[in-house]
Amino acid sequence: MNFEEKLASQLKPEEYLINIGPQHPSTHGVLRLLVTLEGEIIKNVEPDIGYLHRCFEKICENRTYPMGIPMTDRMDYLGAMLNNLGYALAAEKLGEIEVPVRSQWIRIIVCELNRIASHLLWLAAFGADTGALTMFMFGLRERELVLDILEQASGSRLTYGYIRIGGVARDVDKTFIKKTNEFIKLFPAKLKEYETLLGGNPIFHERTKNVGTMSRETALSFGVTGPMLRSTGLAQDLRKNCSYLPYDQLDFEVASNNHPDCYGRYLVRMKEMGESLKIVEQALEKLQDGEIMPKMKPIFKPKKGEAYVKIEAPRGQFGVYMESDGKNKPHRVKFRAPSFSNLSVINTIAKGGLVADLIVILGSIDIVLGDVDR
Amino acid sequence: MIQKFAESLSTQPYIQSLIYGAICSTLILGVSALCVMSLIFLERKVSAWMQSRLGPNRVGPRGLLQMIADGIKLIRKEDIVHDQIMKFLFNLAPCIAVAAPFAAFATVPFADGVQVVDFQLGIIYVFALTGFSVVGILIAGYASVNRYSLLGALRATAQMISYEIPMIIALLGVLCFTETLSLRETVLYQQTHGWNILYAPVSFIIFFIAATAECNRAPFDLVEAESELVAGFHTEYAGIKFAMFFFGEYIAMMLACSLTVVIFMGGWLAPFGFLPFEVGSILYTVWGLGWFAAKVALLLFTMMWFRWTFPRLRIDQLMVFCWKVLIPISMVNLLIMAVISALIKG
Repeated sequence: MNFEEKLASQLKPEEYLINIGPQHPSTHGVLRLLVTLEGEIIKNVEPDIGYLHRCFEKICENRTYPMGIPMTDRMDYLGAMLNNLGYALAAEKLGEIEVPVRSQWIRIIVCELNRIASHLLWLAAFGADTGALTMFMFGLRERELVLDILEQASGSRLTYGYIRIGGVARDVDKTFIKKTNEFIKLFPAKLKEYETLLGGNPIFHERTKNVGTMSRETALSFGVTGPMLRSTGLAQDLRKNCSYLPYDQLDFEVASNNHPDCYGRYLVRMKEMGESLKIVEQALEKLQDGEIMPKMKPIFKPKKGEAYVKIEAPRGQFGVYMESDGKNKPHRVKFRAPSFSNLSVINTIAKGGLVADLIVILGSIDIVLGDVDR
Repeated sequence: MIQKFAESLSTQPYIQSLIYGAICSTLILGVSALCVMSLIFLERKVSAWMQSRLGPNRVGPRGLLQMIADGIKLIRKEDIVHDQIMKFLFNLAPCIAVAAPFAAFATVPFADGVQVVDFQLGIIYVFALTGFSVVGILIAGYASVNRYSLLGALRATAQMISYEIPMIIALLGVLCFTETLSLRETVLYQQTHGWNILYAPVSFIIFFIAATAECNRAPFDLVEAESELVAGFHTEYAGIKFAMFFFGEYIAMMLACSLTVVIFMGGWLAPFGFLPFEVGSILYTVWGLGWFAAKVALLLFTMMWFRWTFPRLRIDQLMVFCWKVLIPISMVNLLIMAVISALIKG
């Protein structure tokens, strides 16, 4: 008896089973939800994942350390920079490599730009989920500018492979800095535009307030992190008091609020975009000439040992566990994907709502199926 | 003119009316097909403009032939259906969805004398037919044997039946003044007394909101909410049958806007009673048609504006908005209008 048949056999007479996904306009990838409905009221949601499982952890074991970086690009493909960063940090910890100062600032700039791009795509998709299709276009329009900047630095628009073990792949040029400065000037006005188009709309408030409410205890017990956790009032952000990049020299706030619903998550992400922009602006000022790569042996062979690194990715805590047995390939790599833990909470928070709520809740979780399935 | 032509062909009254009906419906079908095509094109251009895109611009000059290309594509497309559908009902549904709003155009006065039939119960006839179009959607959802379709159809039924109530109550307020159910006479009343929108702005707003909900346009497009129900009641439809639903939706939209114009915005009348031509002349008819088209276009644009800027309501919020906001307001409005009209008319 398979999963679906088992659920179908437990149905009460007034209930029925509906299959949302893997081909559905708003499952944000190949996610399948088996939803038990009574009329339009949700009784149970069972996410069925694994459609995008590509064995990245196993593949990483069979590739040398630098060759693992392109694998991380393809996990959370909307925040690829931060995945690169997590992997590189773990390898650097194993190999005890010192990252040059210039590279550290470049890493901050590209990571925060990537966070903005990721949140913009989330905002666009969330608009589409609530039915505001124009928001979709507006979000993608500004994301395009960010992608142009990141393309200028790395040469690609989605799977960057830019942050390497020891530093970054290549130095940023004048055009990059010019484009980034232009974006910093332009973006605050655009944030206000989104607020007038979507955030200030009473229908949007109706659709998101008190929808998918989640207590802090629930969030913590499911291992929910990132903007979802911060919307429950817990200002938990790994960029504060962090050791992996010089964030402590910058002035920024952690976006958090006490609306543990979809609207709260919207507010957190909107504020986070503004804060990320502030970080980029300050980091650009601190950027000074220097080396971008330390002197390293041509073949990266860390000593025997293990390392765990966690960073704040756009969707929450991204963790990399790496174990070395002294060879040029890692013995074991394990990724802690934020989307995976965040998705697991959906049954708890969507129960009792309507079908339309489920879509909004799913949108507010901000999953990337590449990240969930790996 | 057409009447005279029909009379010249035959002396039998019923054959005359058959010929008359055939000519008129062909005319309306042709014109409305053209209008729908340009409306879809316009919708795409307007949405593109609002979303800072270009819109269709490849087929023909400025993309003008895009709709013809799309139409040909839809007609030639393979009709894919699964084997559990209820065939007769499944095929019947798109016909109803097109026929109902289309037939309602029979009483709409496009200009002075440009009207198929002017009968005394025009308004009731129109509402009967718009109420009938929900049957098409319900049948489509039921006959598709698909849970998404069924959910869409159930939503459609709840929504369209509910929103008819505030729409008609809002209308009753106006009828207190005009004292006629004929659409032509409604316009003629406005010729002497000024547009109804001036007397009954609340009725106008309620009527227009309810009309938007009646034709399932965003923000009330729950029936086919693509982010929830894939495509709602027409999920299983492909090719020409899908095109017929699409066609029906746009005809319904035009009908809703035409009705609003006729009842509230003076139909074919120019604003401020501006009358450069002699009443009854050909030029006067053309002038009236132009004004009618302009007003309808304005309302259609407003509907598109709604669609491309508003998020979608949820089904329970939609019902709450209808039963707890629109209906009470329209009731109070009706009461006030009735009292005022009684005071004025003694």
